[in-house]
Amino acid sequence: MSATTHNLKRMYRFDLTQRLVAKLKQEEAVIGGIGHSNFDLWAVGHRPQNFYMLGSMGLAIPIAMGVAMAQPARKTFALEGDGSLLMELGCLATVAAQAPKNLIIVLFDNGIYQITGGQPTPGLHADYVAIARGCGLATATWAADEADFERLLDNALATDGPHFIGCKLDEQKPRAQTERDPAQIRDRFMRGMGTKKNRTLG
Amino acid sequence: MTTSLPPWHEIVLNVFKANEVKLITYVPDNVLKPLIQALHADPYFTCFATAREEEAVGILSGAWMAGLKGILLMQTSGFATLPNVLASLPCAFQIPVLMMISERGTLGEFNVGQAAVCRTMRPILDSLAMEHHTVSRLDECEFIVDRTIRQAHLTQAPAALILSPLLTGGKAVQGTGAQA
Repeated sequence: MSATTHNLKRMYRFDLTQRLVAKLKQEEAVIGGIGHSNFDLWAVGHRPQNFYMLGSMGLAIPIAMGVAMAQPARKTFALEGDGSLLMELGCLATVAAQAPKNLIIVLFDNGIYQITGGQPTPGLHADYVAIARGCGLATATWAADEADFERLLDNALATDGPHFIGCKLDEQKPRAQTERDPAQIRDRFMRGMGTKKNRTLG
Repeated sequence: MTTSLPPWHEIVLNVFKANEVKLITYVPDNVLKPLIQALHADPYFTCFATAREEEAVGILSGAWMAGLKGILLMQTSGFATLPNVLASLPCAFQIPVLMMISERGTLGEFNVGQAAVCRTMRPILDSLAMEHHTVSRLDECEFIVDRTIRQAHLTQAPAALILSPLLTGGKAVQGTGAQA
């Protein structure tokens, strides 16, 4: 656990996503933010409880918050990139004010817009955990390395949130590209959430 | 119009209940104040402000997919911040995000910024092929609001309800302009 960004290990998004998905035993919802955040979620292996965004940059956390509020017994993850979070920083204040206990935010911070060619974000000096804490998410923390990330995930799954886990990323590319069929993504997710019940698809 | 009809905000609140629209997100407007107050006061609703209208589109999309219906209340200028997220989330994914927009910028507006942005609202809705209706009469309020909400849910399509100053009274005109 760390409150500062120096000495944080830069980790591989696919590996972190794989570690996260391996811990999901209760049909937890996972909202993958646009671009590489959801590409690696897809690459790890599709689950009916995964939602993959296609646009609406910055809304992974609000979408996850809506899911979490609709189904308070289901742990719900938002996987969001730093560039996306910069688009919608105010949502952290909204999350803190409503405080859904089952919401877990994982920030993938590589400091760049990787999908558009690796341009640096304007957040060069931004500490997103400090921002989250400043918005009222008092337990927000950086993962120091992979083992720390796993420990923070275990804690987030076992305790009331909202939780915020920041991860510094290396610049490795995603393993695959999500199939871009929004109606199918939505339909499968709703079946994963139990809001569509017939068995024609999964 | 009969004199026995309740005020518009009471009609709207009851239609929300009849359609199980429980999650109310808003970025406020003075015209919406009595509705927002009544929604906060009623424990049937979960009602809160978001920092930005876009956020609310995300929250409502997630909530609907997970089984909870809601609506976003805002004013005209707030709607103008939304085209990107409307196109790529509720329109693309076929999610019935509902919006209620207090129409500013027309029929006696005093703020030129509001007047300019107002002209973008219906063209944006039309270009997104989004169903939208303007409520201007008290005796039509229940029918339009109820049917629009029902159709949105049944067809999995986002929709907008525009509250005209003809219905709400709008925000009072201040002054008569600069004198030559």
